[in-house]
Amino acid sequence: MSELKYLIFLGCVIPYRLASYEVSSRKVLKKLDVELVEMPEFNCCGFPMDPINHDLMLTLAARNLCLAEKQNLDILTLCNGCFSMLNETNKVLAEDKEIREKINGHLKEIGMEFKGTIKVKHLVHVLAEDVGFEKIKDAVKKPLTNLRVAQHGGCHIVRPAKHVNHGDDPENPTMLKNLIRLTGAECLDYMDETECCGNPIIGVNEEVPFQMAKEKLEHVRTVKAQALITVCPFCHMMYDLNQPRIERAFNEKFGIPVLHYTQLLGLAMGFPREELALNELRVKPTELLSQIQE
Amino acid sequence: MSETQEYVPNVIKAEEMDPKFKYEISKMPGAEKLMLCFQCGTCTADCPISRFNDFYRPRRIARMVQLGLKDRLLSDDALWLCSTCFTCVDHCPQNVEIAGIVRVLRNMIVKEKGVMPVVFKELASSLLKTGYVYIIPESRHKRREQRGLPPLPKPNLEDVKKIFEITGSSEMLEKTKTFEKVKS
Repeated sequence: MSELKYLIFLGCVIPYRLASYEVSSRKVLKKLDVELVEMPEFNCCGFPMDPINHDLMLTLAARNLCLAEKQNLDILTLCNGCFSMLNETNKVLAEDKEIREKINGHLKEIGMEFKGTIKVKHLVHVLAEDVGFEKIKDAVKKPLTNLRVAQHGGCHIVRPAKHVNHGDDPENPTMLKNLIRLTGAECLDYMDETECCGNPIIGVNEEVPFQMAKEKLEHVRTVKAQALITVCPFCHMMYDLNQPRIERAFNEKFGIPVLHYTQLLGLAMGFPREELALNELRVKPTELLSQIQE
Repeated sequence: MSETQEYVPNVIKAEEMDPKFKYEISKMPGAEKLMLCFQCGTCTADCPISRFNDFYRPRRIARMVQLGLKDRLLSDDALWLCSTCFTCVDHCPQNVEIAGIVRVLRNMIVKEKGVMPVVFKELASSLLKTGYVYIIPESRHKRREQRGLPPLPKPNLEDVKKIFEITGSSEMLEKTKTFEKVKS
């Protein structure tokens, strides 16, 4: 019987573009005895609507929170953006009576009410805090001791600090690093680790995010990391899907594979490669995989 | 007539300043601490966007709001360049939520000027139509089934539509004009 049970909130980007993250996450979580319950209904978390209408974002997010409250289950998100909006809304509505009453007024029209009875967690928080390092360590059957990787956790699982209370220091986050070390791989430090991927503005301007991502990839290359590890679909798309375009734009060659953390952990847990959707990555991790014994 | 153009400095005129603007903005959630900004510039020094762009300067935005330069702010496309990384929020020694102020200003541009980058209109339309901000093609649903993933949760489009209506977003979507990109 499983003690850890969450409502899984996939968001929009993962089903649209990054099934590899979902596939590997479900595999790994199941093996770690985490039970995932599907959302009974869904609408976007609200993140992409915040810039144009804050109340729209709050109400969309709150609707999802109400659905989780009805099931009495905490929400697990795989996406930093979904985590950010659902968590912020959950906190703001619980703490600010005026905003809560306003949004509850909106929710009343659709027969719902926010009560503030559940928590919102990102995959990283669930793994580090709820599943725990010991259990993950025990599940690692094939330690990836040959690998040297770097991580990019992304902004929204640590910032803004006043909303994200998971004890990780936004200036020097260690949660994902420690999770990576559990796989046996070495997690390298590099310059400007906490720098944003830039993806949220790619719809209005490509030049700036491309320059940001190029610089990130340069720093990762400098420390000779064999892969970059992410836990957010936006960051992943920026570095993996867009890597060939960044290479062309700056006449560079990076060839740095970008793996979802759950793919790395899945490899260490001994899942067959084909079950982790590694072939769906844009930058093929062929060389990386050749370093790992099957 | 002389070929050389007279140099006209970009002087702020007193009549451009709306003294009530700062109070209006300070009332909005996320922008409450606006008046605490003492222009140290930490936000701009640490802003990843400012590093690669000459137009987006969080400190300048805070000062412009304090001065009440509403018209200039609401026609400043650079406001759409904030990537909401919240570094400015976490680093501000006065706890001013710069990213919150930027969000308030963006919302105001949409509401009062009736413009937004086209990408937001596309995302909102898709959300209204499908519950998801991207229209997920039938092939993806089939592929999910093939690889043994559970079907995606269904949207409640009636509720989504109602939420758009209650929050004034349906009207906003109809009326708002769009522009393509922000230059850098």
